[in-house]
Amino acid sequence: MSKKEAVLLQGDLAVVEGGMAAGAEFFAGYPITPASEIAEGFARELPKVGGKFIQMEDELAGMACAIGGSLSGKKSITATSGPGFSLKQENLGLGIMIEAPVVVVDVQRVGPSTGLPTSPSQGDVMQAKWGTHGDHPIIALSPSSVKEAFDLTVKAFNFAEKYRQPVILLLDEIVGHMREKVILPDADEIEVWDRKRPPADADKENFNPYEWTDDLVPPMPDYGTGFRYHTTGLFHDKTGFPRGTTEDAKKLMDRMTAKIENNLDEIILYDEDIREDDNIVVLSYGSTARSAVSAVNEARENGLNAGWIKLKTIWPFAEEKVSKLAEKANKIIVPELNQGQLIREVERAAKGQAEVVGINRYDGTLIKPEHVLAEIEGVK
Amino acid sequence: MAVDIYKYLREDKLPHIWCPGCGHGTILNSLVRAIDQTDIDPDKTVVVSGIGCSGRAPGYLKFDTLHTTHGRAIAFATGIKLANPELNVIVLTGDGDGSAIGGNHLIHGCRRNIDLTVILFNNQIYGMTGGQYSPMTPTGAVATTSPYGNIDQDFDLVDLTRSAGATFVARGATYNPRQMTKLYKEGLEHKGFSFIETLDQCPVNYGRKNNIGGPTEMLDWQKEHTVPASKWEKMPEEEKEGIFPLGVIHRKDDPESEYTARYQQIIDSFAKEDE
Repeated sequence: MSKKEAVLLQGDLAVVEGGMAAGAEFFAGYPITPASEIAEGFARELPKVGGKFIQMEDELAGMACAIGGSLSGKKSITATSGPGFSLKQENLGLGIMIEAPVVVVDVQRVGPSTGLPTSPSQGDVMQAKWGTHGDHPIIALSPSSVKEAFDLTVKAFNFAEKYRQPVILLLDEIVGHMREKVILPDADEIEVWDRKRPPADADKENFNPYEWTDDLVPPMPDYGTGFRYHTTGLFHDKTGFPRGTTEDAKKLMDRMTAKIENNLDEIILYDEDIREDDNIVVLSYGSTARSAVSAVNEARENGLNAGWIKLKTIWPFAEEKVSKLAEKANKIIVPELNQGQLIREVERAAKGQAEVVGINRYDGTLIKPEHVLAEIEGVK
Repeated sequence: MAVDIYKYLREDKLPHIWCPGCGHGTILNSLVRAIDQTDIDPDKTVVVSGIGCSGRAPGYLKFDTLHTTHGRAIAFATGIKLANPELNVIVLTGDGDGSAIGGNHLIHGCRRNIDLTVILFNNQIYGMTGGQYSPMTPTGAVATTSPYGNIDQDFDLVDLTRSAGATFVARGATYNPRQMTKLYKEGLEHKGFSFIETLDQCPVNYGRKNNIGGPTEMLDWQKEHTVPASKWEKMPEEEKEGIFPLGVIHRKDDPESEYTARYQQIIDSFAKEDE
């Protein structure tokens, strides 16, 4: 396929294309609607370039196996939907604790439980942040189009590798199953990052796998390269071994948090179109952003002072940015396909400086532009 | 010739955490002796465990070692092995870790016949959490969660793994470390899924609560309740009740049916198309 030609591509398959472009080498997962096309795509593509695909016996095993692939030095990914994402939380926690680069795709469907398997939702926003137990850093990206699904998959791999961090890619069923015309970039136009490995002349005998480096991201050796290091889900010191002291626990938590918090400028991605005198801002993410942008454009045609911001990174949350928006705006509208999840973060960041209003659907139906427009116009 | 087992151990992590009389150290000792008898490259060896007393074993071993979540060691090991088939991947698991919470992964590891060596420490109890019954606790036995006697039926993991497709299945017992070493060595050298159940003693949480006694009495119990696999085959059915065969129970040498070898054939088919 010549990359410069426009192609008609499905969102799930854009994740496969983006993954391959980012250098994905290993996929492990379990079939689930509406994410199965991602597994099918990697099953087709990976062996062509010497990569590996495996369908595991369950979702937990899919997450575990993908982390195993990463420890062997391969760029790894798994994909699922809400029910499977719940099952993945256990081993996602281990991935965070041992700092394994891995991409976890969740094509959201309506929950709880089996819910509405083929209908869109943004109900896993908080699960992406808090699904696994304990405090922990997380990065979650959410595309609103097929092209963004491609671009943010590349970003997800890059962030995972650079920060030794599991990265969640939160699609929703609309973006996952939608087909759009896209022009994909050539390989030389795509920036691909690889994890930092210890230098060839490293002192293997005295190697500390969780050393405090300046960037707070320790270099990661591939298994089988002679470092013979230990990794555990227990709190550990720089040697990788558990010591169980409160001092070590706090140090590790603080480093894992800081390696993300120190790099918010790079990690937090968003698009915006907010004019100087726009006093109404629609804040959205994922498929809902499509209706939000459309509604703002129509409101402007009607002479209203409205603008929009679309978050591509939802975790870590763009707290500083939203706080600044709230200083100027009178009203921030937050449409979401859930009962109101990210709006709580918006309210927290706005600190009462602007009115924050949600538009919520959680019945498997999308939010249409007219719903957002009605809120902008103040029509109930 | 004396074997220098310490070259495979992280001496600074010793003494180990296991209770006096526990059989886990015997298993670890037999394993490093078995590794010493193979031509396995220690730099290319990864040891993976789950949760429980057995889960702590890799921490004492000087290889790439991974202590994972409860029951999932085989799933992690599958990823490690498939991503780099050059690695020798060993899984150390317990009866609770490997046959209860991780039972499904054990079955499917066998079914894939992926080249892992799985050693299951069967002490018939959840030791780390204080003596709750496991799927390997015999019916009628007392545990903290079966104070009136266990009403569950226990597994026969040798039958299970053989039926599920493992191509090397064996059973050892800590009363016979020389045989354990031999079985581990064969398992390590076998190309395919190797499963070696090892009867092990937990005097603290099992033996003393079930009137078997301390470690010595528990080892005597093993000796009295096991026979060589070759003898077992010839025994009349009525005599087999409560007796366990020891040794290699099942073996099928077919390296081409091994999972990573099969996947490589798919990759190679694309490489050929390019030529």
